[in-house]
Amino acid sequence: MSGIPHDHYEPTSSGAKWLHSRLPIVGLLYDTLMIPTPRNLNWMWIWGIVLTFCLALQIVTGIILAMHYTPHVDLAFASVEHIMRNVNGGHFLRYLHMNGASLFFFAVYLHIFRGLYYGSYKAPREVTWIIGMLIYVLMMGTAFMGYVLPWGQMSFWGATVITGLFGAIPLVGDAIQTWLLGGPAVDNPTLNRFFSLHYLLPFVIAALVVLHIWAFHTTGNNNPTGVEVRRTSRAEAEKDTVPFWPYFVIKDLFALAVIMVVFFAIVGFMPNYLGHPDNYIEANPLVTPAHIVPEWYFLPFYAILRAFTGDVWVVMFFNWITGGIIDAKFFGVIAMFGAIIVMALAPWLDTSSVRSGRYRPMFKWWFWLFAVNFVVLTWVGAMPAEGIYPYIALMGSAYWFAYFLVILPLLGVIEKPEPQPATIEEDFEAHYGQAQTPAE
Amino acid sequence: MFKKTGIAAFAALSLSAGGALAAGAEGHIEDVAFSFEGPFGTFDQIQLQRGLMVYTQVCAACHGMQYVPLRTLGDEGGPHLPQDQVFAYSAQFEVFDPEIDDFRPAKPTDHFPAVTSAGAPDLSLMAKKRAGFHGPYGTGLAQLFKGMGGPEYIYSLMVGYHEAPECAPEDFPGSYNAAFTAGGFPDECKDEHGHHTVPGSWTAMAQPLWGDDVEYDDGTVATLEQQAEDVAAFLMWAAEPKMMARKQAGLTGVIFLTVLSVLLYLTNKRLWAPIKHRKDS
Repeated sequence: MSGIPHDHYEPTSSGAKWLHSRLPIVGLLYDTLMIPTPRNLNWMWIWGIVLTFCLALQIVTGIILAMHYTPHVDLAFASVEHIMRNVNGGHFLRYLHMNGASLFFFAVYLHIFRGLYYGSYKAPREVTWIIGMLIYVLMMGTAFMGYVLPWGQMSFWGATVITGLFGAIPLVGDAIQTWLLGGPAVDNPTLNRFFSLHYLLPFVIAALVVLHIWAFHTTGNNNPTGVEVRRTSRAEAEKDTVPFWPYFVIKDLFALAVIMVVFFAIVGFMPNYLGHPDNYIEANPLVTPAHIVPEWYFLPFYAILRAFTGDVWVVMFFNWITGGIIDAKFFGVIAMFGAIIVMALAPWLDTSSVRSGRYRPMFKWWFWLFAVNFVVLTWVGAMPAEGIYPYIALMGSAYWFAYFLVILPLLGVIEKPEPQPATIEEDFEAHYGQAQTPAE
Repeated sequence: MFKKTGIAAFAALSLSAGGALAAGAEGHIEDVAFSFEGPFGTFDQIQLQRGLMVYTQVCAACHGMQYVPLRTLGDEGGPHLPQDQVFAYSAQFEVFDPEIDDFRPAKPTDHFPAVTSAGAPDLSLMAKKRAGFHGPYGTGLAQLFKGMGGPEYIYSLMVGYHEAPECAPEDFPGSYNAAFTAGGFPDECKDEHGHHTVPGSWTAMAQPLWGDDVEYDDGTVATLEQQAEDVAAFLMWAAEPKMMARKQAGLTGVIFLTVLSVLLYLTNKRLWAPIKHRKDS
């Protein structure tokens, strides 16, 4: 399946030959596992395994939790307490699931930023990137609906605020919102459908993960140099690569184990640190919490959503030009979704012929500013919309769009890239050529 | 993380600034060194039993604890009451049994009664639904070092009743409490920018603990602070009864995974050695 020449599975026993001529599944697994992988991959290439693990963890823990959970507005909160108090190991399963979502997003952000720095989105890996963005959007939807299920105050009011965003769409907004909620407000039908979809979407994600892996196994992995694996002959390809098994499986498992140490420490010793205390209060449509905040992994986009208020000139301009159809609220919604769309379009917005940021002196600075900006947006998304915070959020949001729409297209034209190594082998040997160089 | 945050719901909906709340009240929270803090901390069984006494004789007059099964009072890692005491304790509550369509004495399989007095919140999860510690600057870093502060909040609330500050009108409703932030606050105690000049606010709950409200069996002197600490510890157990099991599992996981990490590190190093040092080997 890969374009990189490598050895393929040959059935030896008669039984294996029998199966292979009918269903070549062993060959498929062999080729997948033995894929030639650039030998110079660094530690930022471990997040794929971590993410695969997260998906499995969330599905397994989630299926067990669903056995004990009741999706009804009168019973949901109590059923979670039932899981916490009466189900064998239920408290730990729930905390694994709860914090598993945070680990999932932590890993996906690092995975995405790795792709952005090393140009993994560029041709010929655009489809991998687009599928990845779809997975990311589905993850957000799944996480959001999952957060509603415990039916705490933040569940209820978070659902109210976020579904309210769809109500901001002109003309059809109210109808869409009602359709999403199954009624005029967040209530039992909402909880039922969110539960149903929260159970369904992870399997859609799993299917997209298969496509994601299929796509990059077809193009081959990117690597820190961005230089492609030589494909003219198998001997040459093998100078640039090693098989995924055992080299990267063991490396990735080591990284996963280290991350799991931290993860288990958080689950065991501070499982509620990343949550919000208000979600231990049962949902009450009559009492609005003092502060409604999304989970941390939504905060950058929450900041972008809130950044574009009515007194921003761009908003005023669009309001005027569309005859009032695009108001500040709708503009914020467009900006939030637009932020993800422009990121998905990065393969076509980045005009540089050099793939890896390692050889792009100007790009580096703009990239790291983008990364810092992401952290700032996360922080400002958690702050009240008053004082200096809206200005910080507006600057951060503006930079987000400028990065994709202005900086990436321009840099390709004005930047003078540094020389790249001719081959992956050359890069690898430069690091590990001498025996006295310690291993990573 | 990111606790002290956000804006009011409708402010979020309209994407306009939510002013009033953010200017809000600061509560005075004391950091108590509870026995169950940290990865190795455990509940003090005797303290939980004292806290149960305070809860039963004082709090339960107005508050319920509907999510806590009475049988868990006998659980190891909790108050760990003997079986007969769990039965005897349960029998003091009346519960409605739909099967006989009448009230009957509670059994250990029943839960603590739900809220009996209007307006008094259920205490099952009180120690988890309040965070005593916040910030700084919305980062939530304080909680990394001090914990969420739920039991500290309860303690501080219990000892936070003071004479109302002079700025307040005498007929201002409620009791002044330095730890409580969600209550009424007189305009007279705000400065020209609307900032509060005194911590806390006025709560509808009259001071419940004064000292010597209960008589402890173990001879501990029932000072206000002692009772507040005991009931805060008890409510932490009520909110998180599996805390000991959780920390145990977490620790087992951490140790096991650390060993696994070391083994995988060595495996990885050895596996890659011939690849990385090809020229010399």
